[in-house]
Amino acid sequence: MRLKLEARREPSRLMLYVTPALAVLLTVVAGIVIFTLMGYDGLGAIYQIFLTPLVDPYRWQDLFVKAAPLIIIALGLAIGFRANVWNIGAEGQYIVGALAGTGVALATWGMEGYWILPAIVLAGILGGLAWAAIPAFLKTRFNVNEILTSLMLTYVAIQLLFYLMRGPWRDPEGFGFPQTRLFTEWQTLPIVVPGTLIHLGVPMAVLIAVVVWVILSRTITGFQVRIVGLAPQAARHAGFSARSTIWLALLTSGGLAGLAGIFEAVGPFQQMTPQFPQNYGFTAIIVAFLGRLHPLGIVLAGMVLAISYVGGENAQTAIGLPYAATGMFQAMMLFFLLAVDVLVRYRLRLVVPAGARATHERPASGQPAGAKAPEPESASA
Amino acid sequence: MTTAILISILMTVVGAATPILLAALGELVVEKSGVLNLGLEGMMLIGAVTAFAVTYSTGSAPLGLVAAMVASAAASMIFAFLTLTLTANQVATGLALTIFGIGLSSLIGQGFVGLTVPALAHVFPAALAEDPIWRVLFGYSPLVYISLVMTALVAWFLTRSRAGLILRAIGESDEAAHSIGYPVIGVRYLAVAFGGAMAGLGGSYYSLVLTPMWADRLTAGRGWIALALVVFASWRPLRLLGGAYLFGAVMTLELHAKAAGVSVVAPEFLAMLPYLATIVVLTAISIAPAGGRLAAPACLGKPFRATG
Amino acid sequence: MFRINRRQLLAGSAATLALPGLIGRASAQDVLNVGFVYVGPVGDYGWTHAHDTARKEAVEKFGDKIKTNYVENVAEGPDSERVIRQLAQQGNKLIFTTSFGFMNPTIKVAKQFPDVHFEHATGYKTADNVGIYNARFYEGRAVIGTIAGMMSKTGKAGYVASVPIPEVVMGINAFTLAAQKINPDFKVQVVWVNSWYDPAKEADAAKALIDQGCDIITQHTDSPAPLQAAEQRGVYAFGQASDMMSFAPKAHLTAITDNWGPYYVQQIQKQIDGTWEPEDIWWGIKEGLVGISPYNEIMPADVREAADKVKNDIAAGTLHPFTGPIKDQSGEVKIKDGETIPDADLLGMDWYVEGVQS
Repeated sequence: MRLKLEARREPSRLMLYVTPALAVLLTVVAGIVIFTLMGYDGLGAIYQIFLTPLVDPYRWQDLFVKAAPLIIIALGLAIGFRANVWNIGAEGQYIVGALAGTGVALATWGMEGYWILPAIVLAGILGGLAWAAIPAFLKTRFNVNEILTSLMLTYVAIQLLFYLMRGPWRDPEGFGFPQTRLFTEWQTLPIVVPGTLIHLGVPMAVLIAVVVWVILSRTITGFQVRIVGLAPQAARHAGFSARSTIWLALLTSGGLAGLAGIFEAVGPFQQMTPQFPQNYGFTAIIVAFLGRLHPLGIVLAGMVLAISYVGGENAQTAIGLPYAATGMFQAMMLFFLLAVDVLVRYRLRLVVPAGARATHERPASGQPAGAKAPEPESASA
Repeated sequence: MTTAILISILMTVVGAATPILLAALGELVVEKSGVLNLGLEGMMLIGAVTAFAVTYSTGSAPLGLVAAMVASAAASMIFAFLTLTLTANQVATGLALTIFGIGLSSLIGQGFVGLTVPALAHVFPAALAEDPIWRVLFGYSPLVYISLVMTALVAWFLTRSRAGLILRAIGESDEAAHSIGYPVIGVRYLAVAFGGAMAGLGGSYYSLVLTPMWADRLTAGRGWIALALVVFASWRPLRLLGGAYLFGAVMTLELHAKAAGVSVVAPEFLAMLPYLATIVVLTAISIAPAGGRLAAPACLGKPFRATG
Repeated sequence: MFRINRRQLLAGSAATLALPGLIGRASAQDVLNVGFVYVGPVGDYGWTHAHDTARKEAVEKFGDKIKTNYVENVAEGPDSERVIRQLAQQGNKLIFTTSFGFMNPTIKVAKQFPDVHFEHATGYKTADNVGIYNARFYEGRAVIGTIAGMMSKTGKAGYVASVPIPEVVMGINAFTLAAQKINPDFKVQVVWVNSWYDPAKEADAAKALIDQGCDIITQHTDSPAPLQAAEQRGVYAFGQASDMMSFAPKAHLTAITDNWGPYYVQQIQKQIDGTWEPEDIWWGIKEGLVGISPYNEIMPADVREAADKVKNDIAAGTLHPFTGPIKDQSGEVKIKDGETIPDADLLGMDWYVEGVQS
């Protein structure tokens, strides 16, 4: 007799909601143990990381501002992940989107008018879209693995940023420092809550979450995305094209990543610098999973990640917990989340081993199974 | 004079290529078994810090190398347990492993900042290793020769050995392999562990050979280049060897050109080159009529679970 | 620990009243809280490590009269703004922000906390409660340039440089000018690695320079990697930011050290005395901010003497490293005989002196 995982016929709805909380709980317990073993005040560390940002209303604006880009990117990624389209190059799309918007900002520098900011934002979306169109084209035309192409393009984008900052876009009055001019007031995002840092990007993140939710749950497009991801065969019979789904997923996630990028550039940064990439595109993958690829879950997950960042800084000043510990903490949270995820699709049972039979995972609702879209395979052993 | 410079440049290229070759060899085997582990950078960092810490504490570099392999392989087991046993998503788990590795290596390394150890000694007698001409063949650290031997071993293993054939079969069709009775999960566990150990070895090249010290994020993103390299080489060990030296050349020749007072294209464009080349190669294999034989292992990244 | 937690809780609720000025009083009364914001990890053994060493010196000096709080690895941009604000809100009355990229965030936060004093390193924007400080590292470069001029046999030094900002440009020029006083034909070959920190690339750049006939290596990047490369190849080199002798006992002739300690101690003392005011500080060898670490024993006596003379003359104010005649790369005279480059021009320097190959 041994413990065995048994596939559920349907994913457990209860577990769907319970497991993220369980993951956070396990992280907290493991965090206390590990930090204490390392010689820090374990309980204090957890308190600093998870609670101080919450009990201190002065910190809330920081949480919102930090979470907004993560949420916007993760929303786009979730659409793709649901359709089994694996865009992991959101970081690159985020950067190129911000660069495209910065290009417009520099071209309109010194001008006045209400059209300027929308033009910049539009350029940002188009930039991200264009960068994501490359893997989409290669995937649909030549069946090139989008995981690898989108990842590679991220590093190309970073070098493009460095080039523009050190060369053509360097602030002529900036003492040679590799960064652009500060954007003007016509070019920066308005603050929506006076006296705080909460810029237009924050309510936009929530709005986009609602829109994505409606699209995914109430429209034929949302149905197409889900059905292509869940049952590619059935989707083909239903007349849904895998190709158009790939385009849709990559362009949406690229466009949203570009939007997040330009919001960050004309919002908190107000200029473009080589330090612009903050791995938001990668962190958003964690957010998407933590939020169970559900738009409202993603909003919550974005907040949890933001709390861990802001709280991590608290822990540094309050109990001297090094920065590296925060990173390990976030990684642990994701490890635990991925681990408990198994409970959604399986139940634990004590069984007597019997004859074995193999099956591929069929992804359960909202649960991606494979990194490869179900395209016809040409490879052979 | 020019020969001396040429030899020296060659040796720098080999130095830049070796750590990514080592890490990429491991990842190649992992991917051939149908698993995609994006945690290379994290595992290389864990290897780098462990190699340094153990070498510094015990005075034994071989012990440091072994420890680096064990530590990185152990870290890779977190990935293996989550993705293979619990069928978690491989992309997300790999990224988490990288974040974990950056944090853990920094924590372990706190007590070792500002220290140094003697660089790994040559393997060949000084007469050969320090000869102005022959050093181009004999003047490297042991890890360089290990990387060459490992390339040959991996190539032999994948194409000639029975175990290698099973591993490839599992990577191409895990269901079929399982139905014949091959232990899919077990083989993948071993492959991931091997990948971890090799990444650890690659990481230790930085902390024991190239710059014998520990500092945060010592590998500075080389893990991602190694990942690109595997794809660039279209999952073939001998191409991996050539690709590693090509990438090494791209990374260092710009510095040599600048040192010689020659201005080449903007360095940023050179830095893009390995990634762009990888995309081009990837597309080329997909277009080529023989693409089927060269393409990614069919099960790459897919979870597998035997039920019964 | 709970005491601190509760205190922070109090600090938090006080903040809801949007009276940031009150918060400092919520923390322990007689202890001055001093904040530090670092761009790198304290374990970088370069820039941030030097600042953190100085912080520890201040702690040693003041004991339990002060409490220092630092946040490391803070990204330049919005993250730094949040961290600076957080430190201000947590009751730190004096905050050192130690990287150029923290300039605009520091100014922004300073406006919201008029009662808190800020010190920003290496920038150029000040305010009523923001002072700036920097070090005349070029003075140290003149000392090691002198040593390079005397120790080099090939008359050619290799310079591993990060990014072409005035700080780095003036360092290259000061080094070259000093070496040319010894050997008028002295050449300096620069390789830009376009990063402050990439050990493998820094090492490879140093090797490339050595291959091209440079027999002495200096650097303006953060890791000891170029020194280690010099050690392996048997040429001389100089340390950066702190004494790096242990990394390269044969190659390391001396190092330019960043000694922020005396400055931090002085400013904290002023804060305690209530005499702090915003200043624009640019200290050098004279004030001890820029140091020259002990010479390697292999350095001959005449080289030591020459280096010491340059160091002492700069400290005494009788020698300015940028005294004309100075020609630029095209051979055109930029600074006339006997004139010196004013500070304002140095801070915007974007041209190279004759003999620099970049």
